[in-house]
Amino acid sequence: MAVPKRKMSRSNTRHRRSQWKTTAVSLVDCTNPACNAKHLPHRACGECGQYGARNARRQVL
Amino acid sequence: MPTPTKGPRLGGSPAHQRLILANLATSLFEHGQITTTEAKARRLRPYAEHLITKAKVDTVANRRLVVKVIRDKSVLHTLFTEIGPTMATRPGGYTRITKLGPRKGDNAPMAVIQIVESKDFSVTTGTTTRTTTAPAAASVEVADDAADEAVDSAATAEDVQAETSDAEVAEETAAAEEAAEDAVDAADEAEKADDAATAEAAADEAVDKAAEAEQAAENAEAAADDTKS
Repeated sequence: MAVPKRKMSRSNTRHRRSQWKTTAVSLVDCTNPACNAKHLPHRACGECGQYGARNARRQVL
Repeated sequence: MPTPTKGPRLGGSPAHQRLILANLATSLFEHGQITTTEAKARRLRPYAEHLITKAKVDTVANRRLVVKVIRDKSVLHTLFTEIGPTMATRPGGYTRITKLGPRKGDNAPMAVIQIVESKDFSVTTGTTTRTTTAPAAASVEVADDAADEAVDSAATAEDVQAETSDAEVAEETAAAEEAAEDAVDAADEAEKADDAATAEAAADEAVDKAAEAEQAAENAEAAADDTKS
């Protein structure tokens, strides 16, 4: 069975883990004038539960 | 040659998958709208639409085909007596999927699948999709045009006012300006209006106001000509 030849140093571990990064998701403004919250694009707004273009909004939740 | 099913397989076995889809379809027809994962919604859509196509023609043969999937008799009844007749003229596309955000807990992408509202397609067979949104957009455009016209007429009214200093004419030009402003306001309302029906109503109002403004501007011009001659 293959086994590590050397102990992974604390430095190497921390260098590797320093590359674990997250990125901010891009959000859009809800076009419902009463809500105006941020939500994921092409998804229903989590605040007001509406989806669609400005003149064709519909309640989905 | 059998075509493979589109989308991911559900459950652990073919029997489990059949049960998942049958239960999802039953719930959809019972409640009209269900929230599930996006993968399940995408698998359910063609499955449920086949059943609705069968339910459009209420025969014993069709009922026997559908009852193999929809085992709940009350749901079968609603499918054949309520959902089927409302889709009589609709050429497919009986359900709509709207994506929601990821679910808390397992980050699964969620979606709402719902049965679309009834609509008569017997006259307009060519335009099948997006017909509900088009008139609203058109009405907003009409309102915009009307507002532009109103502004133009107001400008002409102002010109007339500049040409003559008659009090009567000035009054009429003022009325024209007011009507033009009303028209612009109405157009703005039409743009802001969320609902399609209110947008259309506001657009009609704007058009009316614009016509009034034009009329007033014409009157003012005529009065100005009179005073000149």
